[in-house]
Amino acid sequence: MLTQEKHAPELTKEEKTISGGEALILGLLQEGVDTIFGYPGGAIMPIYDSLYDYREALNHVLVRHEQGGIHAGQGYARASGKVGVVFATSGPGATNLITGLADAMIDSTPLVCITGQVFAHLLGTDAFQEADVISISAPVTKWNYQVTDANEIPAALAKAFYIAKSGRPGPVVLDITKNAQLQQFNFTGHTPCSHIRSYRPTPIVRREYIEEAAALINQAKKPFVLWGQGVMLGSAEQEFKAFIEKSGIPAAWTIMGAGALPSDHELNVGMLGMHGNYGPNVLTNECDVLIAIGMRFDDRVTGRLDKYAKQAQVVHLDIDPSEIDKNVKATVPVWGDCKETLPLLTQLVDAKKHEEWLQKFKDYTAQEVEQVIQDELFPTSGEMTMGEVMQQLNELTNGDAIIVSDVGQNQMVACRYAKLNHTRSNITSGGLGTMGFALPAAIGAKFGAPDRTVVAFAGDGGIQMTIQELGTIMQSNVDVKIIIVNNQFLGMVRQWQQLFHERRYSFVDITSPDYIKVAEGYGIAGRKISERENLRGALQEMLAHKGSYLLEVMVTKENNVFPMVPQGCSVSEIRLK
Amino acid sequence: MSNQNHIDRQEFNITVYTEHHVGLLNRIATIFSRRKMNIESLNTSPSEIEGIHRFNIVINETEEVIRKLTRQIEKQVEVLKVYYHTNEDVIWQEMALYKVPTDVIAEKALVERLLRENGARAVVIRKDYTVFETTGHREETDNLIKVLQPYGLIEFVRSARIAIIKGSEGFNRKLREFEVAEPSDEVKENEYLNTGESIFTM
Repeated sequence: MLTQEKHAPELTKEEKTISGGEALILGLLQEGVDTIFGYPGGAIMPIYDSLYDYREALNHVLVRHEQGGIHAGQGYARASGKVGVVFATSGPGATNLITGLADAMIDSTPLVCITGQVFAHLLGTDAFQEADVISISAPVTKWNYQVTDANEIPAALAKAFYIAKSGRPGPVVLDITKNAQLQQFNFTGHTPCSHIRSYRPTPIVRREYIEEAAALINQAKKPFVLWGQGVMLGSAEQEFKAFIEKSGIPAAWTIMGAGALPSDHELNVGMLGMHGNYGPNVLTNECDVLIAIGMRFDDRVTGRLDKYAKQAQVVHLDIDPSEIDKNVKATVPVWGDCKETLPLLTQLVDAKKHEEWLQKFKDYTAQEVEQVIQDELFPTSGEMTMGEVMQQLNELTNGDAIIVSDVGQNQMVACRYAKLNHTRSNITSGGLGTMGFALPAAIGAKFGAPDRTVVAFAGDGGIQMTIQELGTIMQSNVDVKIIIVNNQFLGMVRQWQQLFHERRYSFVDITSPDYIKVAEGYGIAGRKISERENLRGALQEMLAHKGSYLLEVMVTKENNVFPMVPQGCSVSEIRLK
Repeated sequence: MSNQNHIDRQEFNITVYTEHHVGLLNRIATIFSRRKMNIESLNTSPSEIEGIHRFNIVINETEEVIRKLTRQIEKQVEVLKVYYHTNEDVIWQEMALYKVPTDVIAEKALVERLLRENGARAVVIRKDYTVFETTGHREETDNLIKVLQPYGLIEFVRSARIAIIKGSEGFNRKLREFEVAEPSDEVKENEYLNTGESIFTM
């Protein structure tokens, strides 16, 4: 048997007898995997035993909790565009993945999660660390499968990768019983999967709809583009830019789409949704043709649906046919991968400039700057704001960093104000809104994009949900910059309690440990500041520091994120204060 | 749900062609349960193509909701194709079994007539009980419950609905094959009873 340490898989077509566990590792290498986030346990030990032989070829990052592992996998996938791979053991190991699976499902993140499972003969006996992982994970996975025989491993793994990354990406769980991991079988090599009979990842592009869409766009006086993460998932940033620039149409983004077009692009008019920019929200209800590209009209984007863009004709480009007409009825549906459909559309649209219409967005921006943004980003007195922390960071990184935000006010501030020059630079839990996402996702993002500066931007609530991952940073020497904007509140809930629950602050004041001491305990450098005059210097120190660094910034306690579309209101009822 | 939606609701027959995959039933069921929707009837069976499974699902909803649901079902990796049809567009049947005490049946000639009127046939006749079967629409199988209730109905069960799509070529052909199917064991037992003790004939 293979006892020596191996640096690369020996892949030949000839059969050899190996264990299921080793076949899995060889398959991962064949699929181009370089990093695994995981945590061992009883039922996945044979896989870990095989991994030991390949530990030079496959970088395994030992996390501190499986939730941290899967968020790291998500961060890796989002930063790199590759499939994130996560290992967990049976029972609690697998159930700890569920939040991350739900998050990856709703945010279309490609993941392959390998979970150990009890011996096949023990299935259904309430064995030690047995959980019905297939049933539990079904609603939060694109696909899942239980392997009970080693012979199934190569094909199941190939299928898992193909499903995770093709079409609209998503998370996949392979639940492998311990006997299958141990079983010796004739391994004939790993062949990647490229076709499944019942699965159509990309719908057939229908030219007549592209033509109809182009005709609608060409006669539009006030066309408006909304784009989402689909542009990035399809690696269609260039195609998207070409479309926007030829048609001259103002374009706004969902938080999942941020960065696909640089923040300072002339036709990038800002962020959509509940805490998005003023102009994009108001003018949604004024445009005549709405062109939605790779976005799914989430309720946080649309506000009240029966008052959403009723005057507009809607062109909807999406790879997932079930998204068309799901929330907003499309006048012209354009099924397909936008990497394919956008160039076809660009060919047919007239080269135009919509200067008057674009000016309207600029006018609203001016109002928003005056009433909201100026005070948030450039305050001269009072306590610090989250916005000025982001603004200073933008100036120091020049918009080249990957910003990984948590959930809540910090997230809205990060998404609104982060300057993004590059795609795949805004990593956040968009659909599920998972607090505790930022720290582990930033770890994963650093592995996915090792040459880039990765900044986790979290509040004092979210950071405490997954703070144990500082241990992962310590052990794996991950260079992640952590900013905690501490307002001593669960800020977004407090904001809602202030605005909609008569300031009844029910369980939103949260205490924090001494983060600097905590960081120190993990061997991570840190600093806490509460004065504006120290902000820039502290950020510079953080960015210049070799290795990870934790910066805690005490910010004003009761700041609110504005503008805001109150729940149940139309996007045009957006409030500036 | 608004009142308008409620009025627009009707029965839809969803036909799903799938791969035979463990856990797929769960995935399809949660598409409905997640939206707090009741499945009126669900049947899984093989289809005319070997290795391909067929689900028949009956849902009471508006067409708009049904259209969205079918897309969600079709999105499942192992699902090949989903169709939905109104009751007018399908031939559909449900089967019911009724267990009644044999002595009561034997004594009352009226029962025989009622059974005949309701298109029921005896599947098993024993000294202690007799099992009748009827196939038809919901009202028909329901009717026979009412009819048999006074005669001491011991047990009742109704199957899920199965439906054949009228406009589908392949299925029309298949329907004829069903009609000429070989008699099953149960039928033999019936034949023996019908010629033997001759409690009644159908």
